[in-house]
Amino acid sequence: MLKHRVEFRNVYFRYSETEDWVLKNVSFTIASDEWVAIIGHNGSGKSTIAKLMNGLLFPDKGEIIVDGIPVTEESIWDVRTNVGMVFQNPDNQFVGTTVRDDVAFGLENRGVERNEMLKRIEQSLEAVRMSDYLLHEPHRLSGGQKQRVAIAGVLAVSPHVMILDEATAMLDPKGRKEILATINQVRESQSLTLITITHDLNEITKADRVIVMNAGEIWLEALPREVFTKEKDLRAIGLDVPFVAKLANELIAIDVKLDQQPLHQKELLESLWTYHLTK
Amino acid sequence: MDISFNEVSYTYQPNSPFEHKALIDLSFQIDSGSFVAIVGHTGSGKSTLIQHLNGLLRPTKGEIKIGDYHIRAEEKIAKVKALRRQVGIVFQYPEHQLFEETIAKDIAFGPKNFGVDEEEINRRIPILMEAVHLPLTLLDRSPFDLSGGQMRRVAIAGVLALEPSVLVLDEPTAGLDPKGQQEIMDMFATLHKKKNLTTILVTHSMEDALKYADHVIIMDHGQKYMEGLPHEVFVEKDKLQQVQLDVPEVIQFLQAFEAKFGQTIPYQGQTLTELARLMQEILKGEQKYV
Ligand SMILES: Nc1ncnc2c1ncn2[C@@H]1O[C@H](COP(=O)(O)OP(=O)(O)OP(=O)(O)O)[C@@H](O)[C@H]1O
Ligand SMILES: Nc1ncnc2c1ncn2[C@@H]1O[C@H](COP(=O)(O)OP(=O)(O)OP(=O)(O)O)[C@@H](O)[C@H]1O
Ligand SMILES: [Mg+2]
Ligand SMILES: [Mg+2]
Repeated sequence: MLKHRVEFRNVYFRYSETEDWVLKNVSFTIASDEWVAIIGHNGSGKSTIAKLMNGLLFPDKGEIIVDGIPVTEESIWDVRTNVGMVFQNPDNQFVGTTVRDDVAFGLENRGVERNEMLKRIEQSLEAVRMSDYLLHEPHRLSGGQKQRVAIAGVLAVSPHVMILDEATAMLDPKGRKEILATINQVRESQSLTLITITHDLNEITKADRVIVMNAGEIWLEALPREVFTKEKDLRAIGLDVPFVAKLANELIAIDVKLDQQPLHQKELLESLWTYHLTK
Repeated sequence: MDISFNEVSYTYQPNSPFEHKALIDLSFQIDSGSFVAIVGHTGSGKSTLIQHLNGLLRPTKGEIKIGDYHIRAEEKIAKVKALRRQVGIVFQYPEHQLFEETIAKDIAFGPKNFGVDEEEINRRIPILMEAVHLPLTLLDRSPFDLSGGQMRRVAIAGVLALEPSVLVLDEPTAGLDPKGQQEIMDMFATLHKKKNLTTILVTHSMEDALKYADHVIIMDHGQKYMEGLPHEVFVEKDKLQQVQLDVPEVIQFLQAFEAKFGQTIPYQGQTLTELARLMQEILKGEQKYV
C-alpha cells in the first residue's frame, strides 16, 4: 500500500516564459484514502495543479509523483489510467454522442470487458441520478445534468485518484451534498484518493484536510476546523468561511464561549446548549 | 421593461424520440425595475426559460411580451436585434459566450455589433474591467487562456458592455471565489438600482435569492411551482424539500435553534452580528420573548 498517492516536490510552473510563475515552489503530499480540498482565489493556481497531476501540463521545475510514478511525457498514459478528473466545464470532456457512450469511453480505454462495462455504466449513472438519460446527447443536457454525467464518467472507471475541479458548481446545494456523499461512500469500499477543488465553503467541512492556495503558493495546509478560525485572514485573500463558522465567530466575538470551532449546524447547536447550561 | 409569459410551453426536439417538454404552460409577470430570482432543481427549465427572453428560443406554444416586443410561437420576432441590445444574458457556462482573440475584443464585440462608436467602447472597457475586478494587463490575452473564474468575469463584462436595460444572469457566481461572488452580486445590485434595470437571476444560492431579489419564482419540471416574496417563500421548508430544494442556511439554522431552545427568532434580514446578539440574550435567559 502506497502511503503517498500524490506528491508535489518544489513544483514551479508558468504558461509562458514571458509571464510570471503561476505556481511557485509548491510542495505537498496526499495520502491514499485521503480527501483533500483545495481552495483559493480565482487564478491562484488550483486548476493548474489539477492539470499537472494527470500530465496535461508538466512542471518547469520540480517533480510530481502520482501512484508511485513520476509524471513525465513517457508515463502519462500509465498515470491517467489511475487518475480520473472532472473539469470545470464538462463540455470540454464529453467525447460520446450519447450519455451511455460517453461513460463507456473511459471503460473501453481501460479494456473493461463488456458485461462489466454495462454494469458499471448503469451503476454510475444511477449514482448521479441520470439513468433516465442514457441515450441523450451530453451536449443537449442542462448545466447540472452535464456535471452529473461527467462525474458518472469518472465514477465508472473507479480510479485510484479522483480530482473534481469545481465539478458540482452547477448543482443545487442538495444535489451537491448527495453527489459528494455518493463519492465518499466509494471510499469505504475501495481505496480512493479524493481531491476536490471548490469555492463552496460547505464542501470543505467534509474533507480530511484543506490546502489553501494564494497567488500560486500554498498559504495554509490544515484541518477544516482550523481553517475556519482564520476568517479575517481568509477574507484578505479572497476567501471566506461558511455560514456556521461565520455565525460561530460572531458569537465568540461577543464572549459566547464555544467548546470547539463548529463544522456544521449540529455542532454549533450542541456547543450553544453547553453554553446555555453553564453560563 | 415589463415582462410577461402567457401559457408558454417549450419542447426540445419535437416529434423525435428525444422530445422533451422543458416548459409547460408557464405564466408569470415581471414588473419593470424588479429583481427576480428563478430557482429550481437540475433540469427544471431555468436556462430554457431565460433563453426566451432575447429570442434565442421561441416558444412552442404561448406568448411572451417584453416591453413592446412580442414573441409568439408561429411568428418570427420583429426587430430581434433591437431586443438583443436591450436584453443582456450572461450564460451558465462562460465558454459559450467567449470567442474573440483577445479579452479587449471580446468585451468590445457586443457594443461594436450594435454600432457603438470606438471611442465610447474604449471608454467603457477599463470601467468594465474594474467592475469585474480584472487587471487591465489581461486585455490582450486570449479569453481562453484564463482561469475559470477569470473567464466568468470577462463574460460578465461583455454583457454589461451593452448597457442592457434587462439583465439576465444564469448562475453568474458559479466559479467565482467567495469574495468575487459577493463583489459581483453587490455590483449587480448597485447597477440594478442606479440604472433602474430589470434583473433576472437564476441561482442555486437561496442566500443570494433572499438577499437580492424582491420576487422569487420556483420552477419544478418545467412548471411554476411557487412564486412570491423571498422571505415568504423561503420559510416553506416542507414545500421546498418536495422539489429538491431547501430553505436558506440562516433560516435553517433559526428553525433548528427554535427546535432546540424553544425560542423563535423571526428572520427579518438581520446581520449575523445582530443574530448572534439575539441568541446570546436568549441563551443567557436575559430575554424571554423576541
Ligand atoms: N492557458 C493559459 N495560458 C496562460 N495563462 C493561463 C492559462 N490558464 C490559466 N492561466 C493563468 O494561470 C493562473 C492560474 O490559473 P488556474 O486556472 O490554475 O487558476 P484557478 O485557481 O483554477 O482559478 P479559478 O478559481 O478561477 O478556476 C491565472 O492567473 C490564469 O490567468
Ligand atoms: N438542447 C437541448 N436539447 C434537448 N433537451 C434539452 C436541451 N437543453 C436542455 N434540455 C433538457 O431540458 C430540460 C431543462 O433544461 P434546462 O437547461 O432549462 O434546465 P435548468 O433548470 O437550467 O437546469 P440546471 O440547473 O441543471 O442548469 C432538461 O431536462 C434538459 O435535459
Ligand atoms: Mg480553476
Ligand atoms: Mg441551467
